[in-house]
Amino acid sequence: MRVYAACIYVFLYAPIALIVVFSFNAGHYAMDWQGFSVEWYGKAFSNPVLVKALVTSLVVASSTAVIATVVGTLCALGLERMRGWLRQLFDALIYIAIMVPGVVIGIATLIAFVTLFDVVNPALETLGMARLQMGLWTVIAAHVLFNLAVVVLIIRARLAGMDRSLVEASEDLYATPFATFRQVVLPALMPSILAGLLLSFTFSFEDFIITFFVAGPNTTLPIYMYSSIRRGVTPEINAIGTAVLLTSLALLMLAQFLLRTRSKGG
Amino acid sequence: MAASISPSRSRLVTALLVAPAGLFFFFLLILPLVVVIIYSFGARAEAGGYAPAFTLENYANLPARGRVFFNTLTLAPLGTLLTALIAYPLAYFLAVKANEKLRTLLLVLVIVPFWTSQLLRYYAWIMILGAKGIPNWLSFIGFADVRILNTPTAVLIGAIYGFLPLMILPIYVSLEKLDKRLLEASADLGADARRTFLQVTLPLSLPGVATGSMLVFILLMGEYILPSFLGGGKVFFIGNALVDLFLQSRNWPFGAAVSTAMVAIMFVTIALYMRFVLSRGDVRRAALV
Repeated sequence: MRVYAACIYVFLYAPIALIVVFSFNAGHYAMDWQGFSVEWYGKAFSNPVLVKALVTSLVVASSTAVIATVVGTLCALGLERMRGWLRQLFDALIYIAIMVPGVVIGIATLIAFVTLFDVVNPALETLGMARLQMGLWTVIAAHVLFNLAVVVLIIRARLAGMDRSLVEASEDLYATPFATFRQVVLPALMPSILAGLLLSFTFSFEDFIITFFVAGPNTTLPIYMYSSIRRGVTPEINAIGTAVLLTSLALLMLAQFLLRTRSKGG
Repeated sequence: MAASISPSRSRLVTALLVAPAGLFFFFLLILPLVVVIIYSFGARAEAGGYAPAFTLENYANLPARGRVFFNTLTLAPLGTLLTALIAYPLAYFLAVKANEKLRTLLLVLVIVPFWTSQLLRYYAWIMILGAKGIPNWLSFIGFADVRILNTPTAVLIGAIYGFLPLMILPIYVSLEKLDKRLLEASADLGADARRTFLQVTLPLSLPGVATGSMLVFILLMGEYILPSFLGGGKVFFIGNALVDLFLQSRNWPFGAAVSTAMVAIMFVTIALYMRFVLSRGDVRRAALV
């Protein structure tokens, strides 16, 4: 049993270790060890295309995280106050957004934007204004859509576990609903809100397939990585990969930690 | 209720709270999904894209992409089954046998790979299964010219690797909830370990297996990167056909028919699964334990 468990852990971690180890390879080929070197890190981070893709990804992921968290938190708070069919409709929408595969979300948002452009662009042209086209905003909108659902689920779990008596006490002490929200509900939700931010940042930062459909001419880091992996494996990808891996692990540990303090606090 | 406000104002606040999310869902999810269904009955425009029409031709043409449906609908269930078989013993170890102090750490270690970039994890397997990886080592012990990359086997290995954490967790949860007194009762009544496992532990942990299998199956059906990296140009899934139809050959109506068919298959599978697997009396009772 122990041996079996050990084998599974090796199976889970060996590939990740391989990426990290070969990022320090001096040779030109991914699986051909030529000695230790950090030259690929230097090459990766002085490659202008790659640096631009990284910046694009950071912009997209932070915008997505902020918008998805704000919209998702508001929605979760609203759903708390709702009953009946409309609430069930929202529940269904949230599950559809999570269950429908990324490819289909990509297609759906692509079609939504193209339809919008067909309607709006002729009007914009007659007004002499710039045409709408695919850009970072389409990527961000599509990313917000699927992260929004995740945020709603996280915040709702926290709201469900919240001590109602605190809210009642605040109301008994003549706090206005907004004061109750700001002084009682918001602080209690904070760990989950931060976790939602970190998770949607990570999901957005790592998304490939949805971005692939709606990015237009823009390149994000996963798109850059996808196309260079398709061209062949090189230590440069390992170097970027290791950097991304460590960053996202750090963020996830932070999110995990926040969700954990939540359960202790509740 | 000291600071109560009028019900109509309260409703307005509720509406304002959910409105932004509602707009996102409506304009970027529901409306486009309806449009996809409408497109699936349309014709391909000259320059690609969509031209209005009403025809069933796109659906009649589905067998032209029969290969990707076949790959997806054989490899996704098979991958799910293999993942469940490999995940179960580890979940059992974590829930029943593992050291209490180490348990949390071991669980976190299971989850971590699932949260790291999918691109990178499958990229690692390109290195491992490619010519310089396992086939190279096998050639040292006399098995020359073994090809793994770009075969269904590679896709299955990737599927197991990619989704093992997602399968282990729900099984672990159902085993962890299991009332240990039932095991003692079984032993007291003279059942040996094997019989206790088969008649008590396994049936009671089936809901976890069912949940995990459904999650993995749904995600596998929609895979794109996995078949693209580990199946090379040879083992394609529906997701790959969709990217081709929408972004390369730009046959949107046919692509819409393929995606409608895929989502329909998914929802029917989920419905059947809930009807026949999750509604089985013992499974449902066990879910309540």
